[in-house]
Amino acid sequence: MGHSHGPAYLAHHFETPKQQFESAKLGMWAFLSQEILFFSGLFVAYGIFRTWYPESFSVGSHLLNWKMGAINTAVLLGSSFTAAMAVQSAQKGDKGKTASYLIVTFLCAAGFMVVKYFEYSHKWHVGTLPGQYFGCPGFDCSNGPTLEFAEEMSTAIGNSYENFGANMVPYHLRTFFGIYFIMTGLHGVHVLIGMGLILWMLKRNASNEFSAEFYTPVDLFALYWHLVDLVWIFLFPLLYLID
Amino acid sequence: MTVEAEVPHTSDTASQGEPENYLTHETGLTSWLITVDHKRIGLMYLMSVIFAFAFGGAFALLLRTELATQGQTLMEADTYNQVFTLHGAIMVFLFIIPSIPGALGNFFLPIMLGAKDVAFPKLNLASFWIYVLGSIFAVLAIVLGHVDTGWTFYTPYSVGRNVTGGDQAVLWMTTAVFITGFSSILTGVNFIATVHKMRAPGLHWKRLPLFIWGVYATAVIQVLATPVLAITVLLLFMEKTMSVGIFDPQLGGDPVLFQHFFWFYSHPAVYIMILPGMAVVNELIATFSKRKIFGYMFVAMSSISLALLSFVVWGHHMFTSGMSEYGTMVFSALTFLVAIPSGVKIFNWIATLYEGSVSFESPMLYGLAFLVLFTIGGLTGLFLGVLSVDVYLHDTYFVVAHFHYTMMGGTVMGFLGGLHYWWPKMTGKMYSETLARIAFGFVFVGFNVTFISQFIMGSQGMPRRYYDYLDQFQPFHMTSTGGAYLLGIGFTIMAIMLVKSLRSGEKAPPNPWGSASYEWMTTTPPHPHNFAETPIIERGPYDYHLCSEEELWTGFPEDFKKGSEA
Repeated sequence: MGHSHGPAYLAHHFETPKQQFESAKLGMWAFLSQEILFFSGLFVAYGIFRTWYPESFSVGSHLLNWKMGAINTAVLLGSSFTAAMAVQSAQKGDKGKTASYLIVTFLCAAGFMVVKYFEYSHKWHVGTLPGQYFGCPGFDCSNGPTLEFAEEMSTAIGNSYENFGANMVPYHLRTFFGIYFIMTGLHGVHVLIGMGLILWMLKRNASNEFSAEFYTPVDLFALYWHLVDLVWIFLFPLLYLID
Repeated sequence: MTVEAEVPHTSDTASQGEPENYLTHETGLTSWLITVDHKRIGLMYLMSVIFAFAFGGAFALLLRTELATQGQTLMEADTYNQVFTLHGAIMVFLFIIPSIPGALGNFFLPIMLGAKDVAFPKLNLASFWIYVLGSIFAVLAIVLGHVDTGWTFYTPYSVGRNVTGGDQAVLWMTTAVFITGFSSILTGVNFIATVHKMRAPGLHWKRLPLFIWGVYATAVIQVLATPVLAITVLLLFMEKTMSVGIFDPQLGGDPVLFQHFFWFYSHPAVYIMILPGMAVVNELIATFSKRKIFGYMFVAMSSISLALLSFVVWGHHMFTSGMSEYGTMVFSALTFLVAIPSGVKIFNWIATLYEGSVSFESPMLYGLAFLVLFTIGGLTGLFLGVLSVDVYLHDTYFVVAHFHYTMMGGTVMGFLGGLHYWWPKMTGKMYSETLARIAFGFVFVGFNVTFISQFIMGSQGMPRRYYDYLDQFQPFHMTSTGGAYLLGIGFTIMAIMLVKSLRSGEKAPPNPWGSASYEWMTTTPPHPHNFAETPIIERGPYDYHLCSEEELWTGFPEDFKKGSEA
């Protein structure tokens, strides 16, 4: 259609920028509510199996490195703050500050993934893996558990309040690590997607797409990022700090 | 409603040349495949779901043929298990769930809102292609063979350690479910934002067509229930590949937990299926009674309350699964509550018919069939909600007949009604009313013959999903299979009728049924932006008493004369 339709960022099917902004924001909230329901299934499974097999979850939490978890919590909380600051800068039309805050957010997210990498690779190496691979370093069950695995297990059992005695390895640790990996794994995927979104925001910011009138994508990204943060806020204590 | 810049209904469109329309303003294959026009996406959905329906229907005919006589008729028991699984999975995930929202909803929701498009057109296109991707995985599952779990994928059977052979196909099928689920979620997100934010000036909530209310309620369920299914199949996937012990009782997992998770989605999902059917029926009843829907706000709110209730009744699928007694009592009581909003709808529709000027064109026939069949389906649902009766009827053909009366007698009738009703608007072509009525006759009779015999068998104890049966059930199975063939004939006639309409149908006028609803106020086929200018809404969609004769004019010259004389 040839007729002029308002600013360049206004999509053809909207009447006003306000309508476009409000639609986008409502759509994002609807999307976030599905995200919550998506994770909630896992939290229910967590609740049920922790009730059924408290000793596994108790010992399991000692097999996780709470210090790394705590660092990641701090990093992610910090990144939520910088994401919020990025929105504020975008609202003010301050392109430079928006870019810096987005970059800091990106670095925090990357830091989170690096820590996550160390956690995962340690578990891979020791063999604290889900299901049938529990006790199988590198998903290879042919050699059986290693000495390192035995030592780590023994320490965790010793530190745990709910155990059936020294060297009594709870069977359902396989389920605990199943839940641990699927929860943190899905959360990690969300962090990676968030990092991709930040790069996209940076690119659009660099090509002057955002202004005090139009900053919707940054705003929506930040909403998403806060949710990713929020999920982690629940995951950290439920997995690392329960005993 | 003012239709200022529209081609006036009184003038002869032919003399002014063809107005621009969405089918012709762009051409070429890519203009369809990457279109962001909701109307074109709606049509692509329509073709896909019709294809899925034909596929699922073929499986239905195969399994009914197998069951026509005792023992082996056509296929091995193992093949039969796969055939009923594929019938269920395809019909549910690839046909019914996307049918009305994806096809008719996509096409008409923005038009009825007076909007140019849905809120997120690109996301809408993504939904469609995600659905196609999911369908490809479903086809892979079929090719790789051996999905015989039923569409519910119950553990521990679906985890498959007791099954010999290529059970990897279950992974493909659940991946298909996971992917199509996202298509459903994104459509829901899109529709919610569209209904809230894209309404034309003057179109406040109390003026929304009831079709919109129904699709909106559906969208809420799609967004809130589908992710739980996604996580369920993800856990099933992990259980199957890594034996984590979440659902498998051998490993300390809980198969009943799987059922809880599954039905937490899949019960709301039956409302994802039925609410759009009800949504269409509103439009049919209003248009062909030429009356405002009786108790408009009650009908609108009954959709919302059905959506909310749908989340708290999932346990009634599991009365015999080893849930706690108190749990079953609560779920039973909550289940009865569903009858209230359903009853509100049925009674209000009947009250609308009462003293309306009812006419019986083919879309209305489907609308009335919905009233009859859904009422039977709904009332037999109450039998199953009663704890003691359910123990007897659980997993019998009674259940099969019940959900076919709601899903096919309800949703499919609504879908077909909507398809006939909006066909002229979508394609710009009229269809043969005679053939449509003949097809309806076959479908209606065939459907009842198929499933009434299943009610009887079920009440006599015939278990569902069995490959073979006792002598006493022979006549009923034979009757049921006969009915299924009648259905097959009906659908074939319908397909011929629709193809004929596309090839040589007469040009459709803008408002062939003389409806007051907004979507008929644009040109046929609609303008690429739905309305040449954003319409300003000044009356409700069923306010026949506020319409001018021109607005209700069908576009057929003889009807306008008749209207002027009256």
